[in-house]
Amino acid sequence: MNEIVNLSRRGFIAKSSALAGALVLGVHLAPRGYAEQVNAAASGPVDLNAFLTVAADGAITVHVKHSEMGQGILTSIAMIVAEEMDADWQTIRALPGDARAEFAHSQWGIQATGGSTSTHTSYEQMRKVGASARAMLIAAAAAKSGIAAEQLKTADGAVLGPGPGQRWGYGELAADAAKLSPPADVALKDGKQFRLVGKAQHRLDGRAKVTGKAGFGIDVRVPGMLTALVARPPVFGGKLVKFDDSRARAVAGVRQVLAIHSGVAVVADHFWAAKQGLEALTVEWDDGAAAEFSSASQKAAMDASFELEGGSAKKVGDAAAALAAAREPIAAEYDFPYLSHAPLEPMNATAHVREDGVEVWAPTQFQTFDQLAAAKVAGTTPDKVVLHTTLLGGGFGRRANPASDFVAEAVAVSKAAGKPVKLVWTREHDLRGGYYRPRTRVSTKLALDADGKPHALQVKIANQSVLAGTPFGAGIADTGVDPSQVEGLDDWPYATPNLAVSYHMATATVPVLWWRSVGHSFSAYVKETLIDQAAARAKADPIDYRIGLLDGHPREIALLKKLREVSAWGKAAKGRHQGVAIHHSFGSLVGQVVEISIADGKLAIHKLSAVVDCGSVVNPDTVKAQIMGGALMGLSAALGEAVTFEAGKPVQSNFHDYPILRFAQAPAVEVHILESGAAMGGVGEPGTPPAAPALANALAAATGKWQTVLPLDLKALAG
Amino acid sequence: MELKINGRVVKVDAPADMPLLWVLRDLLGMTGTKYGCGMAQCGACTVQVDGVATRSCVMPAAALAGKEITTIEGLADGDTLHAVQQAWLDLDVVQCGYCQSGQILGAAALLKSNPKPSDADIDAAMNGNLCRCATYPRIRAAIHAAAAKLA
Repeated sequence: MNEIVNLSRRGFIAKSSALAGALVLGVHLAPRGYAEQVNAAASGPVDLNAFLTVAADGAITVHVKHSEMGQGILTSIAMIVAEEMDADWQTIRALPGDARAEFAHSQWGIQATGGSTSTHTSYEQMRKVGASARAMLIAAAAAKSGIAAEQLKTADGAVLGPGPGQRWGYGELAADAAKLSPPADVALKDGKQFRLVGKAQHRLDGRAKVTGKAGFGIDVRVPGMLTALVARPPVFGGKLVKFDDSRARAVAGVRQVLAIHSGVAVVADHFWAAKQGLEALTVEWDDGAAAEFSSASQKAAMDASFELEGGSAKKVGDAAAALAAAREPIAAEYDFPYLSHAPLEPMNATAHVREDGVEVWAPTQFQTFDQLAAAKVAGTTPDKVVLHTTLLGGGFGRRANPASDFVAEAVAVSKAAGKPVKLVWTREHDLRGGYYRPRTRVSTKLALDADGKPHALQVKIANQSVLAGTPFGAGIADTGVDPSQVEGLDDWPYATPNLAVSYHMATATVPVLWWRSVGHSFSAYVKETLIDQAAARAKADPIDYRIGLLDGHPREIALLKKLREVSAWGKAAKGRHQGVAIHHSFGSLVGQVVEISIADGKLAIHKLSAVVDCGSVVNPDTVKAQIMGGALMGLSAALGEAVTFEAGKPVQSNFHDYPILRFAQAPAVEVHILESGAAMGGVGEPGTPPAAPALANALAAATGKWQTVLPLDLKALAG
Repeated sequence: MELKINGRVVKVDAPADMPLLWVLRDLLGMTGTKYGCGMAQCGACTVQVDGVATRSCVMPAAALAGKEITTIEGLADGDTLHAVQQAWLDLDVVQCGYCQSGQILGAAALLKSNPKPSDADIDAAMNGNLCRCATYPRIRAAIHAAAAKLA
C-alpha cells in the first residue's frame, strides 16, 4: 500500500537549494479519512516532505513521521532506515517531521503518535525506505562505473565494486540517484545480517538535550511574536459572563486582552508580563450546573450505576448465578482518581494566522487533528495550515487530543491579536485545565472453587468514556462499551469458567483523555491484586498460582519464570517483602516484582525488577529506558497522584499538592528483555500497568491487606 | 541591570521583580533553562549562582548583580562537554529531555560540594528536581560516573 516515490523529481528539490543534488525519498500512502480532508483542497502535486535526504557531503537526514516525546523514536526510526541502507551510523541525523499527508500513521491514516505503536507499525515501511535508497544508490554507481549492479555491494555509507579502490560514497552518488525511479520492489535484509537493529545505539537527540539546544515547543521564537496566557472557567463547562481588564492592561508589557472561545487571553511581550496581567484580570464566570459536582457526588453516582445493567464487554458462562451460589467470594470495590499527565513542559503552541494561511509550531502527538482544528478556528482549509512539529517535553497522551485544545487556543489568540502568538499554559492551568485519565470505580466479585481456583468473576467498570464523541468512538453508542476502558479486563487471562465484565458509562463535564497505558492504567491493578488475593486464599505462591491458571499462555508462563529468577523471588532479606504483577498491553507483556520494607510506619521501595517480552527489539537501550520510566510513572500515580473535585473545581494546582515521583521515592530498576520471537509490540506504555499492582501486592505481603483505593493510603502503615 | 552570565557581562532592561528564568528565556533568548512550575517545586529552571544550584523561576534577576550565573548554555567548555554532560550522553540518561538542563546543573553543583556522593546524598540533593519520564535511576548512575571521572 505504500508506494515509495522519488521526491527529488517532483519539484521539491528545486525549492530548496540546500538540497540541490540530494536524493530525497518519500512514501505515498493512499490518503483516507482525516488525512483526506487535509489534502482535499490541495491542487496538483503537494509539496512533499521526505523520509530521507542524502546530501552531497554524505550527511543523511531521516525525517521521522512520529513525534519525539522522550521514547527515542527519532533514534529507532533512523536505525531502521540506516540498517537497510547500509549507511554509516555516524553520518545519520534525525529530525521530527512536520505535518504531511505522507507522514500518516501506517495503521490509522492520520499523522499521530500514540498507543505504543510508532516503531512496530512503521518498521516495514522504514525498512523499505532504506532499502529503496540503497538500491538507487547502487544503480547510480552501476551507471557511473559500468559495473553491473549485481556485482556491487554496500557498506558503511558507500557502494563497493569488486576491484580494489572501487568505492563510491553515498554523498557523491546522491545527485545521480536522485534522477532515478525507486525500484518497484526491494529485497529486505535477513535479520541475521543486522548491524544496528537489535543492538543498543546512543540516542541521536542526546547531545542537543544535554546542552540546552533541543528545541521544545515552548522554546519557539518567531519574529514579532507575543506571549499569551488564558484565563479559563474554573468549573468545566462554565461560561464567561464579563471581564474587567483595566488593571491588566496597565501592566507594563501587556498588549491586548481578548475574549476567545475558551476564556480570556492576556497577550504580552513576554510570559512574565502576561502572567502579571492575568493576575490583575477580573473575570466573572457562570459556573453552570457542574458547580455541584464533587468527587463524593461522583462516587455515589457511579455506585448507583452499578445497579443498572451496563454494556456487556465480556460474558463467559453465568458469573452472576455462580456468584450467587458461592460462599464468601472475594469482593473488592476499587477507586482510581483522575490523573493529570503533567508533562514537565506545560501545554503550549505557537501560531501565526496570516491572510494566506496559518503556520503552527506545536509539541504535538496529533498533527492531522491539529491541522483540522487550526483551519476551523482560522476560517481556512486544512491544506493552508503549515504545522511544524517540535520536540515534546513529555506527552503521555496529553498531546494527542482529538479536540486539539492547545493548538486551537493558540490559533484563536493569534487570529484575534493579528500577530504571531505563543500560547503557554502555566502549571496551574495544566493541572486544573483538564484532559485527565478518567476517575474510575470498579466493583468486583471473585469466587474460588474447592481447589482454590477462580470459578466466577464479575467486574463492573464505571467511568467517563475517553473515546465516545471522538472520531475513534464509532460503535460505542450501540454497545455501551468503550473498548479502551475495559481493556485488560475483557481479556482476563486466568482460567475462569464464569466471567462477566460490564461497562457503566458515567457523564461529567470534566474532560478526559488517554493517560499512559489508557485503560490498562487501572485494569492491571484490578486484575493483578484480585489474583493475588485469590492466591493468598488458596495458600499458594503468587507466581506458581498464576502459572497454574495460564494454560495456553506460553509467553506469560515464560515471563513469570524469568521474573522469578531475576527478581530473586522468595529470597528477600528479612523485613523485605515482594509483590508481583504481570500485564499484557499494546502487544507486549511486562512482569514486575517490587521489593519493599516498612520501618517506623514508613514505606521504602528498594527495587523494581522487570521483564519485558515485546517480541523483537530495535533498540534494546530504548526498550529498557521505556520500561523503567513507564514503571516508575505507575509507581508515581500509586504513591500520590490524584485530581479531586470540590464545588465543581479541581482542588490541586501545582506539584506541591499533585506530587509526582521524586528521587528519594524512586527505587533501583532492573529491566530484562525476553526475546520470545513474537510479533513486535510496543514499549512506551506497557511498563506502566504492572507497577502499581506489584507495589500493592508487596504491601499486602507486609500488611495482609490489599488496598483498593488509589493513591495508596501510606498513613495507614503508621497506624 | 547588569548580569554576569556564563562569564559574560550582559546588559538587560527588565522589570525589577522579573525572575531570572524569564530574563534568560524571553529577554535574552537563552531557552535552555526551562519553565516547569513557577514556584520552585520542579527544578526545571535550575541554574547555578556562584556555583550553587538555584531555582531561577523564583529568583528576581535584580538580586543577582555581581553574581556569577551559569546556565546550561555555559556549562561546556566549547565543544568539550562538562563531565556531567558527558556522563549523561554515555549512559543515555535523557528521554524527553525537558528537565535535564536543571538536572545537569544541579548534579554539577552537587559534585562541587560533594565530589563522591552516595545514592542517599544524590537523592537528598536532587529531590527538588522532578523528571516526569522518571530517568532517576540513570541520573544516579551518571552522577556516579561523572564523579569517578572528575576524581
